[in-house]
Amino acid sequence: MFQIRVHGRGGQGVVTAAEMLSVAAFEEGRHAQAFPSFGSERTGAPVVAFCRIADREIRLREPIMQPDAIIIQDPTLLHQIDVFAGLKLDGYVLLNSRHSIEELGLGDLLKQRQPERFCTLPATELGLKHVGRPIPNVPLLAGFAALSGIIQLESVVKAINEKFSGKVAAGNIAAATEAYDLVKDMMKEHADA
Amino acid sequence: MLKQTESSKAVAESIALCRPEVICAYPISPQTHIVEALGEMVKSGDLTPCEFINVESEFAAMSVAIGASAAGARAYTATASQGLLFMVEAVYNASGLGLPIVMTVANRAIGAPINIWNDHSDSLSQRDSGWMQLFAETNQEAVDLHIQAFRLAEELSMPIMVCMDGFILTHAFERVDIPSQEQVDAYLPPFEPRQVLDPADPVSIGAMVGPEAFMEVKYLAHAKQMQAIERIPQLAAEFKQQFGRDSGGLIRTYRSEDADTIIIAMGSVLGTIKDTVDEMRDAGHKIGVLGIISYRPFPLEQVRAALIHCKRFLVLEKSLAVGMGGIVATDVRMAVTGTGLKGFTAIAGLGGRPIPKASLHQLFLQAEQEALPPVTFLDLDWDAVNKQLERERKTRRSGPIAENILHDKGIVSAKFG
Repeated sequence: MFQIRVHGRGGQGVVTAAEMLSVAAFEEGRHAQAFPSFGSERTGAPVVAFCRIADREIRLREPIMQPDAIIIQDPTLLHQIDVFAGLKLDGYVLLNSRHSIEELGLGDLLKQRQPERFCTLPATELGLKHVGRPIPNVPLLAGFAALSGIIQLESVVKAINEKFSGKVAAGNIAAATEAYDLVKDMMKEHADA
Repeated sequence: MLKQTESSKAVAESIALCRPEVICAYPISPQTHIVEALGEMVKSGDLTPCEFINVESEFAAMSVAIGASAAGARAYTATASQGLLFMVEAVYNASGLGLPIVMTVANRAIGAPINIWNDHSDSLSQRDSGWMQLFAETNQEAVDLHIQAFRLAEELSMPIMVCMDGFILTHAFERVDIPSQEQVDAYLPPFEPRQVLDPADPVSIGAMVGPEAFMEVKYLAHAKQMQAIERIPQLAAEFKQQFGRDSGGLIRTYRSEDADTIIIAMGSVLGTIKDTVDEMRDAGHKIGVLGIISYRPFPLEQVRAALIHCKRFLVLEKSLAVGMGGIVATDVRMAVTGTGLKGFTAIAGLGGRPIPKASLHQLFLQAEQEALPPVTFLDLDWDAVNKQLERERKTRRSGPIAENILHDKGIVSAKFG
């Protein structure tokens, strides 16, 4: 079972991100369970959502305390809560930022871990560019697909088409595709370095 | 059709397939998404003929459901927590009058302190209301139980609560198989009321009944629930035949045949319990699970039969009888009267406190060693409790308990993470 925790703020589509991730996994014939952290949603407040992906029925109902991957939609949360709590040593981290992991002062986090599994992505900018709104969730999902290989970009596109239609869907697919390519490029650079 | 969807939406689709004619609801978390989705279906014409009635309170919601059902309509509503408490007088009237209303309870804690998260305090507070109560373990079962509930309610002319864990189930996105209209129509015949308000054939529903007849009316409500003990497994079997899956029934056992220790619970926590039990089985522990689906009627004989060969049992429940201990545990102990079985109670998950596998593992090992007190409070923060008790010993004006505990834990307001 692969467990993902998504951190962000109310209004950034955190819960939607986890739900779409589960839809993408379902599209691949896998079992998936997405659920929010069950709070009163308020714009700007820290929000957590969870997604489990497995090849058999998921019965577990506890919150995800030891994630295999963490997606952070708002880097200002780094100063507010321990977003990395419980992250497995071989875990993945995808962070919405124009800056690198090192520039964000997270170099210590990489010690004893696999640095190639850590990545930042200017997801808010991609959302603005393609959808006209500063919502980073869909580009991050596509970036996560590129980083982890847990789901395919095609499945993210299917989840987008299930959630949105018309111009919004097209914009999100463009944002997702660029995000996917950006992360793949960064991974290639990392591998070549 | 198999799809990945929010449980509340799936349940709304399931209810729509049952062709309700009147839906009345007042929004309260975590039930809201269900009636919102139904409201959209009525408005769009996808669910027709059906009248969706916005009401000004839960008391009105149940009152409208009573009126609709008495007029011969298939009536549905949903609620949770304080909403259920607010409608209580009408809840008793619905069952007392024998009206087959189906109501989803998205189980949520009862305040004060105000808390929107899941436990079973709300519907269990209506234990003796005369309503049947069926608890869903999964989202698929929540979908399926509603279909079975309309059939059972209308056969017996008695109301049913379908209980599903608030947020944990209602807000989870999972794969759910939504049956076709043809399948549901084949299973659930049109509503044929035993009593109906009809100007052409006037009757009085809700007449005053004195000492000469009251006990008989009440006994008949009990007798109907005893009939339900027979019918619930039959309806589940018929459901399996037509829909191809196990859903509903009175109880469900898991790896319990040769178990020395059996864990008993209701609702979605059974999933985490089964995962824990699998791990313990792999390590050689003879442990199993008994899930209770039908809380009312309570299947005393079936519970007894499921436990009779074990050495000890632990009831893990998301409810607390303050001043006594467990609510479900009391019924389970009644079921095993005279067997000499050793029983323990664990109160867990109140107000949405997570019930992690790691805590269950430890708890179950202690149960196996019979190293538990009669009543345990899982993951209770004893430091916080003792600090408050100490404060109360020292100071007369010790202040509001909830505020003190939040302050001691360094929490400004309820935690959302």
